[in-house]
Amino acid sequence: MTRPEGSSGVAVALPDDVAALAEVPADKGEVHVVHLYPREMSIYGDLGNTRCLAARLRWHGYRPVVHDHHPGAPWPERVDILLGGGGQDSGQVRVTEDLERHADRLRELAADGLPMLMICGMYQLFGEAFITVEGQRLPGLGILDVTTRGNATRMIGPVVLDTDFGSVVGYENHSGSTVLGEGQRPFGRVRHGKGNNGSDALEGARVGNVVASYLHGPILPANPTLADGLLEIAARRATGEWAPGEIDDTVATRAHQAQVRRLLGS
Amino acid sequence: MGVRTTLALAAGKTARAASRLRGGGSALPGLVTERIDPAVLRHTLGSLPRGVVVVSGTNGKTTTTKMLVALLRAHGLRVFTNPTGSNFTRGVISSMLGEVGLRGALAADVAVVELDEAHALHFSAQVRPTHSLLLNVARDQLDRFAEIDHTAQLLTTLAEQTTDGVVLNVDDSFISRIRGRVGDGVRVSWFGVDPSIADRLPELQEQDVRAEDTSEVVLDREERSAAALLLPADDGRAFTVRLPGDPGADVGPVTLRQRGLAAMINATAATAMARHVLGDDFRAGVAGAALARVAPPFGRGEVIDVGGVPLELVLVKNPAGFTVALGTYGSEPVATMVAINDNYADGRDVSWLYDVSFESLRERGVALTSGVRGWDMALRLRYDGVEVGDVETDLDAALDRFLSDHEGEPRRIFCTYTAMMHLRRRLADRFGLARFGEDPDA
Repeated sequence: MTRPEGSSGVAVALPDDVAALAEVPADKGEVHVVHLYPREMSIYGDLGNTRCLAARLRWHGYRPVVHDHHPGAPWPERVDILLGGGGQDSGQVRVTEDLERHADRLRELAADGLPMLMICGMYQLFGEAFITVEGQRLPGLGILDVTTRGNATRMIGPVVLDTDFGSVVGYENHSGSTVLGEGQRPFGRVRHGKGNNGSDALEGARVGNVVASYLHGPILPANPTLADGLLEIAARRATGEWAPGEIDDTVATRAHQAQVRRLLGS
Repeated sequence: MGVRTTLALAAGKTARAASRLRGGGSALPGLVTERIDPAVLRHTLGSLPRGVVVVSGTNGKTTTTKMLVALLRAHGLRVFTNPTGSNFTRGVISSMLGEVGLRGALAADVAVVELDEAHALHFSAQVRPTHSLLLNVARDQLDRFAEIDHTAQLLTTLAEQTTDGVVLNVDDSFISRIRGRVGDGVRVSWFGVDPSIADRLPELQEQDVRAEDTSEVVLDREERSAAALLLPADDGRAFTVRLPGDPGADVGPVTLRQRGLAAMINATAATAMARHVLGDDFRAGVAGAALARVAPPFGRGEVIDVGGVPLELVLVKNPAGFTVALGTYGSEPVATMVAINDNYADGRDVSWLYDVSFESLRERGVALTSGVRGWDMALRLRYDGVEVGDVETDLDAALDRFLSDHEGEPRRIFCTYTAMMHLRRRLADRFGLARFGEDPDA
């Protein structure tokens, strides 16, 4: 795997020698993975999603190129899939200006079908607005028709969803209570946990290839169907086709099933 | 001292006797006592002649507390402490029940208590600490504390409520910036690493969450000369606590029984607080000898003799702690097991495992992963290219297999809190170790 020069990643998305562990050649083309604000917006292990995608690309026979995008840095020269995670309030404040600078670009990329995975805090920032506990309305990017209200009680705990990508397991930890606008599709239906707001049994949101969710875990490693679903779109955009390799997902499947069994009792 | 306190203590003592017979948990008797007299802590600890010292922060509380207690006792003080690692208020009360009379009199000069960041405020609402030793702030069990900024705020509030003196970490900006928040007349002392080893700070704390933070404190000359600074020796095992203002009083060189840079900085922090409390009574020679004798607390690098071969139990509970543990032990050629539970005391969200790099385990691999989240741990290791021999989620079965498959080899188990408690109970039964709450040198 290659890392572009000048990307001083805080946590390395994929150790160089993991690439060497792959038993297949990386001859299916490059796929560029961009992680937005890895320092400010990934305090709950969400960098694991980027690591997961990079490793799986390599195992599928592609060459992953990971870009860490920091506030104020130039936009990466190429992006085939975009990821963002959760942060604390001070982290969100530090990325706001950069997000505004790239707002039009992000809206165009979303409309163009670029696959994106936005978790927790970045999910909220991709919505219409965030309304603070004091009633102040902070506008979001408006890519997703969702509105989030600050809430006194946090929604915390393990989650199981039904989604277009099959069952998804993860862990939610958010005080924002999110409501979907009319006609806005959720990412999933809650089978265990609270979801967007604890009352309508919906979780996350999806517009085109933009998938947004509150779930940490991180969400991708134990949900390989979701990971590959996103990679398929990214690889088709990057190389024109999707030619997955054979990945042994026994461990991921067992981790997934163990949580489903514990939480749903089935 | 009121009737209510006496009643509460009597009920607590009864619960304690019953729970010891069952070999049960350490917090329940404290809970019983607290229910009857919520102010029981103030009634018993509030009048100790040398005050109440609180040790808090994300990592190193238990080790630092144990070292500070040893330092103060070596100087002749009678010290009350909560040695069980049960660092909530009810844990403190539970420890007290064995030593307090029904009228609330505690035969001690000073109390040194380890408190979880959130519970430290619950405690200080009851008894205002005379002294606080604040170690560090890192991501830890965010499902409980929600956000790291919030954790830093809790420690700031604790410092504001402290009446006589605080000891702060000069190298952790979340802690050092508390300097400006302490009350009038409250004395501030410092500990940290010697500037000559500043490049080793990443081994002790994560940098990413404070990347944007440029508000490093600069100590004035007086503060700098009173700071206690860690200077490791070239052999990696011994170290000196430098006291720049009084080089003749440097502590060490000392070699601890617990290994690693983290244990050394804990010893430095404990030394700084001991000097702060003892003042002119502090003796460097006494301090060095006391630190060298301190045994690792249960499960914090504790070495258990299994048929003449060492088995190490290493508690891991957050990214900074696991990273430090791997830096201390990770590259050694021993058989390794990792046990991850996700109960409340472990942190229910295991996402943090993805903020730790496991590359140092790659060469030797991991024999076994276990615990409720054993499969998730194996999956995590797969993404770092670490081979995992097998997964056995049942802790007892995993321990049996680990002991028999690697007989005669040095072994190490990295484990979260409840997994550690469980495994240590089993090991205590099999190899005749002291049980929790019966620490022989506490």
